[in-house]
Amino acid sequence: MTDLTTHGAHGSEPTRPGHLPVADVPHVLRVADTDPKAAKRVERQVSSMFLLSILLVVAFVVAYIGIDKSTVVYIPVFGEVGASTIALGLTFGASVLLIGAGAIQWAKKLMPDVEVVQMRHELVSPADETAEAAANYERGKEESGFARYKMIRRTMIGAMALFPIPLVIMLRDLWSSPVSGTLSPAEILSTTIWKKGERIVTDATYLPVRPEDLPVGGLVSAVPASLQEVQHLEGNLNARGKAAIILVRMDPDEIVSQQGDGWDYQGILAYSKICTHVGCPIALYEQRTHHLLCPCHQSTFDLANSGNVVFGPAARNMPQLPIGVDSEGYLIAMDDFSEPIGPSFWERSK
Amino acid sequence: MTTTSPVEKAGASTATYVDQRLGSNKFLSRNLGKVFPDHWSFMLGEIALYSFIVVLLTGVYLTLFFKPSMVEVVYNGSYVPLKGIEMSEAYASTLNISFDVRGGMLIRQMHHWAALIFVASMSVHMFRVFFTGAFRKPREFNWIIGVVLVTLGLGAGFTGYSLPDDLLSGTGLQIIRGIVQSIPVIGTWGAFLLFGGEFPGTDIIPRLYSLHILVIPGLILAMVTLHLMMVFTQKHTQFPGPGRTNDNVVGYPLMPVYMAKAGGFFFIVFGIIALIGGLVTINPIWIFGPFTPDQVSAGSQPDWYIGFLEGALRMMPNWETNLAGFTLSWNILIPAVIMPGILFTALGAYPFIEAWVTGDKREHHLLDRPRNAPTRTGLGVMSISFYLLLFVGGGNDIIADAFDLSINGITWFLRIALFVIPPLMFVFTRRICLGLQRRDRDKLLHGYETGRVLRLPHGEFIEAHEPLSIKDMAVITSKTDIAPLPVPPKADIDGVKNKQFRKQNLRSKLSHFFYGENIPLPSAAEIEAGQAHVAHDAALEAPLASYEDADELRQFHGGVLHHPGMPETNAEQLADRKE
Repeated sequence: MTDLTTHGAHGSEPTRPGHLPVADVPHVLRVADTDPKAAKRVERQVSSMFLLSILLVVAFVVAYIGIDKSTVVYIPVFGEVGASTIALGLTFGASVLLIGAGAIQWAKKLMPDVEVVQMRHELVSPADETAEAAANYERGKEESGFARYKMIRRTMIGAMALFPIPLVIMLRDLWSSPVSGTLSPAEILSTTIWKKGERIVTDATYLPVRPEDLPVGGLVSAVPASLQEVQHLEGNLNARGKAAIILVRMDPDEIVSQQGDGWDYQGILAYSKICTHVGCPIALYEQRTHHLLCPCHQSTFDLANSGNVVFGPAARNMPQLPIGVDSEGYLIAMDDFSEPIGPSFWERSK
Repeated sequence: MTTTSPVEKAGASTATYVDQRLGSNKFLSRNLGKVFPDHWSFMLGEIALYSFIVVLLTGVYLTLFFKPSMVEVVYNGSYVPLKGIEMSEAYASTLNISFDVRGGMLIRQMHHWAALIFVASMSVHMFRVFFTGAFRKPREFNWIIGVVLVTLGLGAGFTGYSLPDDLLSGTGLQIIRGIVQSIPVIGTWGAFLLFGGEFPGTDIIPRLYSLHILVIPGLILAMVTLHLMMVFTQKHTQFPGPGRTNDNVVGYPLMPVYMAKAGGFFFIVFGIIALIGGLVTINPIWIFGPFTPDQVSAGSQPDWYIGFLEGALRMMPNWETNLAGFTLSWNILIPAVIMPGILFTALGAYPFIEAWVTGDKREHHLLDRPRNAPTRTGLGVMSISFYLLLFVGGGNDIIADAFDLSINGITWFLRIALFVIPPLMFVFTRRICLGLQRRDRDKLLHGYETGRVLRLPHGEFIEAHEPLSIKDMAVITSKTDIAPLPVPPKADIDGVKNKQFRKQNLRSKLSHFFYGENIPLPSAAEIEAGQAHVAHDAALEAPLASYEDADELRQFHGGVLHHPGMPETNAEQLADRKE
């Protein structure tokens, strides 16, 4: 608020408008500065906050012991929540908060609110100290002979430059090829465990799939029959990450094109499930348009048309797996994928 | 006069004991009275510091229970829906923390919330420092440390997000794998070395764990220490105000006011995080289920601070080139590697670029008002709008779902907007800043408009003005007018060609870009004349004060003060005058 009287009473104009010594800046006293009753009231406020904080810690201990960890309560807005978590959070949070609130109320209402001034000092060192530092450096240079002994200097710099090399080299074995060190990353990425005759099984129940199990418009997530065995053998999920496929069935007339002649089986198409953008698994399928949408970055593929990209950041179509049926009438792969599945990498040739 | 309690006596003798060994009293004598300026925006950095402390404390607690292992186990804890399911030990132990350790859920959620608040407060703190020009000499190093801290904060957040090995975090790792793999020449090997082979492997979680709990927090701690030491040595900047100059610090002493306020504020931040952690569920990993590389949930969202990268990935067109049998994935490289690289480099380099362009070598301790640096403010708002558009892109599926819009439409809109909106924001912001400068100039020349319209005895209408308060006067006149660098001569008077012409000319052009448009402060004489005018208004209004209801009338801003018997409307008034 503009305080006319204070401004008027100040009289003479300062050198630059508004720039007057801090001591002359008008200061309004707080109620607690002038009224001892008000000061007493603030004292009570602050100490009751601290007292309440103490009580809340006691409540925390009670809640920790007393509330069963599996009790669930319903709280509007927050929904179904663990009673223990809520009680512990409320008591602990409020007790800590009150310490802060008390301290700040104390500072704002009772401690002096008159601003004080301190001068800054130039950060740059005085000239004589800089000169002394330079002289010390020169003396050191002279005494060590760093400038004179060329050979020592150069070999030392060389030695220092090479010293981290072992530390870096040892990072090489962060990975080593499991097959007696012969396969490169690019080669490993280029194959999956699919091979001719490998049965296609569902990804959760591992049951083999017959063509008649899959209605037109349907979608099934599937994996190779030998996956469980491979996973068990390798002790990781790597094979699954590459071999996962989706099976979709459409009216054979609706298939515009596919990546190889007769790679479908009676309108059943198998595509990799791993997005060619950055590798998210995809199963969002719109049966009317035959579009497959990646939930991560919305790349959209047209499964009726060779799995081509119709929208989004993916650059390549979804690799197709050629399929057929075996003598018992179960769906099988006719070959491995003809190109690496998943995200691109440098050594990829196509 | 002073009374000394036994505790104080013990404290004093401890101080002496330590002082004899470290000379610590010298430090205390200098610094217990150290002055810290006050402003609400200085709390932003404090929030970052305090939330980091909460992250450290809760993080240590979590390490006592978390098992960074990808060995498959069968879950047999108390969360019924997942009983008997195979999962990694990392996921199982996170479930254990959430459901079988009392207070474990609270600490886990506090850890996650505090981490989000840490990155958010660092970002907003950075905005404050940028828009007030606090990064200028001598604080350029501290700005760089700040940029490094934000980057480390993102790294800490992402590595932590990936540890529980739930379906969502695994999807994040899958994307990281794809990004690393896109790097030319070394990417494929890089991804194999990082993951210990193919994705997902069994090494990534233990590796991220050592980064998350040792390497990154260690670096953050070191950087925070440096950051604070520099603030301490250089003293805090201050906003302009009465008595505040470039050579002094006006504020409250460390002991007791600042200690109580800053110390108290730590408990406030801690308490609020604990309340949020207790009340608001975050990252309900038990809903997502264990990670497997062939499953994903729709609507996958990263933590907010990764959103801009996610958005960039989503809106990038699908460019990929094949060069002599090698693949270059621009669709990943540009949004996930090149763009953030440029963004953070430009951020770190900004103080040096501005100093070079403006030729400014002075020390600055008094903060700029954003309006007084229109070009900088414009550039800042431009960058923020760019960032926000990317961020919006990161949630395009959520937006499409919530507002029933076409996801392709949103993506196309963003692709175009990303290049159109930020430059517009720059122009608008600069205009607004210059408008505010004009307003400031008016205030200096004519004082405040009160909204009280006076009719003078001879029929003239005036609006009464009031003089500026001391504070406003000091704040407005803190502006420094700077002339842009002159166009360099092509040759000197002797006809010798200026070899530096091109460089100097570029600099001069950029300097005009920076300082070319400016509303200069009026001269002292003009301000004085303006204030005299205001005084004249006050004198004219003075008789009103004698009215009994003068105060009520003064409160009636925007109204018209009528003398009894005056015409009520403009029409009446016109008729009156015609007579």
